[in-house]
Order: sequence, then C-alpha cells, then structure tokens
Amino acid sequence: MSRLPGYKRREAINAYIMLAPWIIGFIVFTAGPMIASIVISFMDWPLLQAPKWIGLGNYKFMFKDELFWISLYNTIYYTLIGVPLRVIAALCVALAMNLKLRGISVYRTIYYIPSITPAVASSIMWLWIFNPDFGLANTLLGYIGIHSRIRWIYDPALSKPSLILMSLWGIGGMMIILLAGLQGIPEQLYEAAEIDGAGLWHKFWKITLPMLSPSIFFVTIMQVISSFQVFTQAYVMTRGGPANSTLFLVLYLYQNGFEFFRMGYASSLAWALFMFVLVLTILQFRGSRYWVFYEGELRG
Amino acid sequence: MNIKESKRFRDIIWKSIAYIVITVFGALLIIPFFWAVSTSLKPAGQEFTYPPKWIPEPFMWENYRIALTLLPFATFLKNTVIITVFATIGSVLTASLAGYAFARLQFPGKNFLFMLCLSTMMLPYVVTLIPTFILFKFMGWVDTFYPLIVPSWFGGGAFFIFLCRQFFMTLPLDYDDAAKIDGANEWYIYSRIIMPLSQPVVITMLIFNIVNHWNDFMGPLVFLHSMEKRTVAIGLRTFLTSMTERSDWNYLMAASVATTIPILILFFVAQKYFIRGVVMSGLAGR
Repeated sequence: MSRLPGYKRREAINAYIMLAPWIIGFIVFTAGPMIASIVISFMDWPLLQAPKWIGLGNYKFMFKDELFWISLYNTIYYTLIGVPLRVIAALCVALAMNLKLRGISVYRTIYYIPSITPAVASSIMWLWIFNPDFGLANTLLGYIGIHSRIRWIYDPALSKPSLILMSLWGIGGMMIILLAGLQGIPEQLYEAAEIDGAGLWHKFWKITLPMLSPSIFFVTIMQVISSFQVFTQAYVMTRGGPANSTLFLVLYLYQNGFEFFRMGYASSLAWALFMFVLVLTILQFRGSRYWVFYEGELRG
Repeated sequence: MNIKESKRFRDIIWKSIAYIVITVFGALLIIPFFWAVSTSLKPAGQEFTYPPKWIPEPFMWENYRIALTLLPFATFLKNTVIITVFATIGSVLTASLAGYAFARLQFPGKNFLFMLCLSTMMLPYVVTLIPTFILFKFMGWVDTFYPLIVPSWFGGGAFFIFLCRQFFMTLPLDYDDAAKIDGANEWYIYSRIIMPLSQPVVITMLIFNIVNHWNDFMGPLVFLHSMEKRTVAIGLRTFLTSMTERSDWNYLMAASVATTIPILILFFVAQKYFIRGVVMSGLAGR
C-alpha cells in the first residue's frame, strides 16, 4: 500500500540477517552432519585411522549383529509398553489435577516435581530404591505383606519393566501439557451437555477426550521419539545389563561410537534409529486422522 | 433428605475419595525423595539395616561435606556455570532475533524456513552426534567447553526460537507501526521495543537453559573427558563409578540430593515461568 518496494526489500534483508545465525547453525550443526552421517555410515572409520569406503558393509553387518537386534527389541519393548502406560497415567493425573479441589495446586507441584529431578541424580536414587536387600521398593512391598526379594533391575526378566516403572515417576511434564489442554476446553460445552442430561462418563468420552485429542496425540508423538532415545538411565544404572536386557539402541550406538570408536557402524545405527522413529511418527500421523479432533479449523 | 442435600452429600463423598486417591499416589511420588534424604543423613552402615530406619540416628550432616569433596564438585559446579552462562547468552540473543524475524517480518521463504525450524525439534540428536563429534575433534575442541557453548550461538535451539516467536506474536503491532512512522528500522524495533517488553519469555528461556545444561548428560559425556572439565551431571556419574565397590549409599544419596536441590530451588522461585515453558513446549511440537 503506502509502503515502498524498497522498504519491503530492506525488511527482507534485515530478516535474513537476523535469521543468519540460525540458518548457519542449521547447515553446520544439523543438515551438514545429517548428510555426513549417511556418508560415514558407508565407511569403516576407526577414528584414529583413515576412513575406508565399504559400501553397505555396515548395514550388512547390522543384519547379522545379534546385539543390534537385541537392542532394537529392548528399545521397542520399552517404547510400546512404556509410552502407552505413561500417556494413560499422565492423562489420569491431569484429569485428577483438573478437579476443583482446595489445595490442588499443592498436589500439582507434588506430581510435577519428580520430572525435574536431574536424570543422573534420579538414576542413582532409583538404583538405591531398586536395591534387592535394602531398597525402598522391596521395603514398601514388605509393609503390605509381600516379603519376596525381587531383584528389579538386576533381574534380566524385570529390568525393563523396572525402568518403565521408574519412568512413570517422571510424567510431570506431560501432565502439565495435558492439564493445559484440559483447561482450554470451553466450559459451555459441558454446560450444554449437562442440559442435555449427559453424565460424567458421557461427558468424558464425547467432550473431554475429543477436545483433548490433539494434546494427547502430541505428547504421544514426543514420547515415542524420546523413548526411542532412552540412554541416561541405562548408561548410569545398568550399563545395558543384566544379560543385555537393557541394551537400548542409543546405548549400543554410544558404545560403538565412543567406546569402540567405530564411527561408521555407529552412524549406520543412528540412521537405522532415525528411520524407525520416522516411520513410527508417520504411522502415528496417518492414524491420527481417525481419532484426533482438531477444532482449530473451526476457531480459525 | 431433599435433592439439594443429597447432591451436597454426594459431592462430599466424591471429594473425599478424590483426596484419598491423589494423596496416596502423591505420597508414592514423594517417598523416593524422603528415602534419598533419609539415606543421605545416615552414619556409615546404617543404610544396611532391615527393616530400614526412616529417621537417621544421629543426623550426619557432614555426609554432604564429605560427599561433595571426595570429588571436586566445586570445580564441576564452576564448569557447569561457565557453560550455562555463555551458552545462555548466545541462545537468548540468536533465538530472539530469529523469533522476531519469524513473528514480525515479511520475507520470501518465511513459512518454509519456519517449518524447517520446527521439524528439527523432532530429529533424534544421535543422528548428528557422530559427525558433530568428528568435526569438533578435528577442530581440537574435544575436552573444551566450546562444543557445549558454540552451537547455542547459532539459533539457540528450535524450541527457543518458537518460544520467542509465540511471545512476540502476542505483542500489539501498533508499537511497531508507530515506531516505523518515526522512521525506526527493524533493529531498533527489536532492541528498543520488542525486547524490553519480553521479560517473561527471556526469563523462561533463562530457566530452561539452566535446567538443560544442569541436566545434560550425553553432551558433556561425549565432549568433556578430563576430570577438571566435567560438569555436575557427569561428575555425579563419576562419583557413582568410584563408589560402587564401597557401596557408600549415604554419600551417593547426599551427592544426588545436593545436585537436585538447586533445580528445586529454581522451580520454587520461578514456578510461573517454569510451567509456562512446559505448556509452550506442548504447543511447539517438541
């Protein structure tokens, strides 16, 4: 309108200058390394020596590598069982924290706080909690009359469920996101439903869940992505044991890259992981059409 | 009993049940902290009594002093602070610039670049880890703080850019227009109008930077090797490895509790900004 074309051009130039740090960073620390990572995955590169092109060698090795399959199985187990449990638990907590009760903000704080405990500190705390002889977990079970000495993370059959149990402790962040979603649901919807005689159950299934579905979808997507990258707990607490039962993909990748210095193989593992995450995310987006309700389009 | 009374009665029952349930589960979430604190104050050996004593006897406050001096935790703290301060400055500066461009300026390719920026939040960090490590290795930056600081000066992370953009979009455009009529350019508007109004988002970014650097494990693990370069998180892990044979759980718990407390204090001081950041991350696609 009254703006001169030259003004617009200056604005665009300034915008690019302001974006320059991010754009450079994107090229140097994201796009560049991604491409480099593909190239390196076709190489045998023991860091201190010169890299050697071996084509699909790393990927062929991966297919026959038993530890890769074990780590993939462990990661999928941790994701497929852990994520639904965490999301459902976070949803239940968020619903409870949305109740109009006196002092509810104190409860919100209590439920949120475990999630900000630094990962290494919480890992060491849980190592002690899971101690078979003197730990809190068996002590609490003892109080309710169960005096079995469960070996938790030290038992190959229970190590993954134990880590999932521990992860349930840290759902506070998800709870906050879902709670914000719940608080964004317009009160009139419930009022209208009540006039029509809808009960609690009906209101939950017909209003709360559909209106909350974008938030649930979002936390699920992010949980799957982060669950596939589980590392710190396993590295600090179990180092992949016992009997490789907590050897997760990123832990195995870390070992290959930074303990055995197999840069090529580690890169191919990174791409395998990335492909799994990408496929899972795309599948979830496809599936979301059938259950995620977006009212954003209605609101404009 | 009339309808109104019976409804009130039902209300009380419901509320009581709700309180009992959330209290029981809340207690289960908090007990691990009590357990850790209780263990951290026990004299050596008392953690191995069964059934366990919940109240240490006597209280060994010096466990904290011993635990935090067995390894140079003061150095770890100093390193963490240095990394956090320098990374945070870069992150706030470059993320707010990018966020301002995305929120207020018109330029070709804006939507594409913004989608690109958002999509990087979903990229698993291990995909870029190996080449980044090799890059820093060849630059001679391994075992220095640069790998943990310099990337923050290049956009500061997609989440922070998104955070700034969302906040800037809520500021009235009238300010910009008024300044433009007076002949101000984009840099003036950014530094003299937008940023001075953006204290809440800057505080949120500060908090999330502090928490991220305090908790970051993989980064320092990969890039910092010598003892005097380690951060608190890595130092705590080192402490665990040095303790496992001796199984001094009281010292281990003391160190764990001590490294958790600063984050808890930060949370209680700045609860509002903390929660706002988490809610925003829910919008970001993080």
